[in-house]
Amino acid sequence: MTPTLTLFLIISAALFSIGLLAALSRRHAIFILIGIEMMLAAANLNFIAFWRFAPQPQAPTGVMVAIFSIAIAAAEAAIGLALVISVYRHYRTTNVEKLDQLKG
Amino acid sequence: MSTAAFIVIAILMLAGALAAATLSKLIHAALCLVIAFIGIAALFFLLGAEFVGLVQIFVYVGAVAVLIVFTILLTRHAEEPTSGFNWSGVLVAVAVFAGLIWVILQTPSLSAPAPVIEALTVKRIGEVLMTDYIWPLQCVGLLLTAALVGGLILVMEEKR
Repeated sequence: MTPTLTLFLIISAALFSIGLLAALSRRHAIFILIGIEMMLAAANLNFIAFWRFAPQPQAPTGVMVAIFSIAIAAAEAAIGLALVISVYRHYRTTNVEKLDQLKG
Repeated sequence: MSTAAFIVIAILMLAGALAAATLSKLIHAALCLVIAFIGIAALFFLLGAEFVGLVQIFVYVGAVAVLIVFTILLTRHAEEPTSGFNWSGVLVAVAVFAGLIWVILQTPSLSAPAPVIEALTVKRIGEVLMTDYIWPLQCVGLLLTAALVGGLILVMEEKR
């Protein structure tokens, strides 16, 4: 018996939910970025799994989308962490609940 | 694909991810995130996408994890509790997980076995990247350049 697509999708759904948990429930900005990275990795896992289990994977579309997605996630992580450092310099905090200057 | 390897990798990966999401010390969470990323790369290897697995290790374990650790180092001065936890987020995450699992288990066509395919070589990836995907490749190059310049501008010391 080999793992089926269902198992990979369940693992990916679990990883996505853990990432959502980190992004929604933590108050530290870096934890939110970690959660977003985990959600992106779960999406990549889905792309690769669907590519592998497709009936006739002629063109490696799933692999290509995963590669581009990794590149975009790297750019997102760099910008997000630069924003965290910039916010820390201005407000001396990384707690997102204290950054309420725009609240009406 | 062997089931034993899959189960071991999946448990390690999910444990690392859960630890990264719930640990109160940031640096421990970052190191657990590395475990989770290595587990995802191992799953890519198991699925026959060796190149994506290597890219995952190079980019995430090599670059993003180091970036996160340096950001923790640069913002560490604040001696404030980092363990603040919002329990409504847990509720939303569990609800999303239940919904996804319900949809996955409702779909009967997902239990088909994996077809036998020829190995995806790096040569083939390079050919496809340079023919069918040349415009996305250029756009990603532009995006990475913009992100580089934007990151530099964001963290540059202001002239007073």
